[in-house]
Amino acid sequence: MALVALKNVTKSYPAPDRKGAEIVAVDDVTLDVEPGDVYGIIGYSGAGKSTLLRLVNALEPATAGSIEFDGREIVGLGERELRGIRLGIGMIFQQFNLFEAKTVRGNVAYPLKVAGWKRAEIDARVTELLDFVGLADKAGAYPDQLSGGQKQRVGIARALATSPRLLLADEATSALDPDTTQEVLELLKRVNREFGVTIIVITHEMDVIQSIATKVAVMDGGRVIENGDVFDVFSAPQNPASGRFVATVVKGVPSPAELAVLRERHEGRIVTISFRDADASQAQVFLELAAAGLDFELVYGGINDIQGRAFGHLTLAIRGADAAIDAALASIGARVEVTEAR
Amino acid sequence: MDRLAELGPDFWVAAAETLYMVALTLLIGGFAGLVLGVVLYATRAGGLMPNRVVYNVLNVVINFFRPIPFIIFLAAIQPLARYVIGIGIGNDALIFSLSIAASFAISRIVEQNLVTVSPGVIEAARSMGAGPVRTLCTVVIPEALGPLILGYTFIVVAIVDMTAMAGFIGGGGLGNFALVYGFRQYQPAITWAALLLIVVFVQVLQFLGNWLARKVMRR
Repeated sequence: MALVALKNVTKSYPAPDRKGAEIVAVDDVTLDVEPGDVYGIIGYSGAGKSTLLRLVNALEPATAGSIEFDGREIVGLGERELRGIRLGIGMIFQQFNLFEAKTVRGNVAYPLKVAGWKRAEIDARVTELLDFVGLADKAGAYPDQLSGGQKQRVGIARALATSPRLLLADEATSALDPDTTQEVLELLKRVNREFGVTIIVITHEMDVIQSIATKVAVMDGGRVIENGDVFDVFSAPQNPASGRFVATVVKGVPSPAELAVLRERHEGRIVTISFRDADASQAQVFLELAAAGLDFELVYGGINDIQGRAFGHLTLAIRGADAAIDAALASIGARVEVTEAR
Repeated sequence: MDRLAELGPDFWVAAAETLYMVALTLLIGGFAGLVLGVVLYATRAGGLMPNRVVYNVLNVVINFFRPIPFIIFLAAIQPLARYVIGIGIGNDALIFSLSIAASFAISRIVEQNLVTVSPGVIEAARSMGAGPVRTLCTVVIPEALGPLILGYTFIVVAIVDMTAMAGFIGGGGLGNFALVYGFRQYQPAITWAALLLIVVFVQVLQFLGNWLARKVMRR
């Protein structure tokens, strides 16, 4: 059973003025998040992904549709019941949103106080959490004494305090530099692996999805335009908008402009070979080209590793007799996808 | 100067009366103003407990009373003071009226400082299942504490100012002392002595406020 099941969920806001149309932030979204998933939701700003995330813990009420968390319908619940549900859902934020007036310890203890824990239990739990995120020595520090990465680690400790089954990450690494981003993503992976916490990650950065997510949904204009296993979406995006996101991290097929440059610099026929699960087929392709006595060089592309599976597009410039090239390409084309640039 | 020496004991009594009026007004008006300000903040549109009726009524009431010059307010509110605390004249009547006037001013300062608290922090508290009252008491007010202390420091100086009008309804204090013994008896030295002591009070209060705010904000 899905941990979070969204069915035809819509969120609209009243028109800003009397004449205007209402604003639809989330439009008829259906999505299942299974226990243990790291579910990435990617889209440009304004695509509705942050709103979608806030529907899951009902910080924003959905206008229509059904949202089930752990089998329980949350659309239409009262604020008081929702508070109970929110205790079981952690959330971290782009700007960390730490309580500046409380110490690190006070921040992490806060959700436990809300949950009504006893003081001794709170102390033990906070110590355990700070150990987990590697900030045991900062317990007495205030947030303004911490670096961005440390702040987000406090945010993660705070979000995990009540042992939630679900963690919502709202652009959690967008305010961090690349090194710190990796550090925080590694921590989130550990949270997922060691505690089995399901994570929904909102981001506009495809490399975040690449390094952490197992499933991905691409949002545009409030709709989910494509979703599935990260490997499938990355290796064969079905939608042009998804393709643009994939292109930000995957060096794929050269654009017409890039092709013109390649032609100027390299002789021969320009051919793009697309691999999925590349390891075995790659070697065979090169062997075959060499066996046909063709002269070739790699001019564009790369192989990517997604969740331990490799895929990619390699563009070659191949020189030799036309008939020999045609024969070799036909033979290779039986195994992998071959596209010749015209 | 001789006259001042003669009035010495009365001078110190007047000083004590001023401090008494300021302290009690700050306590009563400060608390009422905090409550009013928090209610204004919480009930405003998009607030933690939005309620248009409560917000608009409070807003109108506060805007009605705030521009009234205190000396007129003092006269106008006298029957109410007599009704509530049993006496319409003297220091206690002044404390009653001044607490009301101050609470309206303080409520605005409290509201203004609370709206500067980052919405993200409030959202974080909500995401942890905290209800609105808990969020107000344990997140919003502590987060705004530094600026709140500076706001209260600002208002306490205004309260010192307004206690000088106590003489108008038969109260005492340094303001009354300066008017009765200094101004009316052509003794500028006495007027200046009262004035200087008030300046000292204000300086000390301002210093304390700044120090406390800095301590709270750790900057």
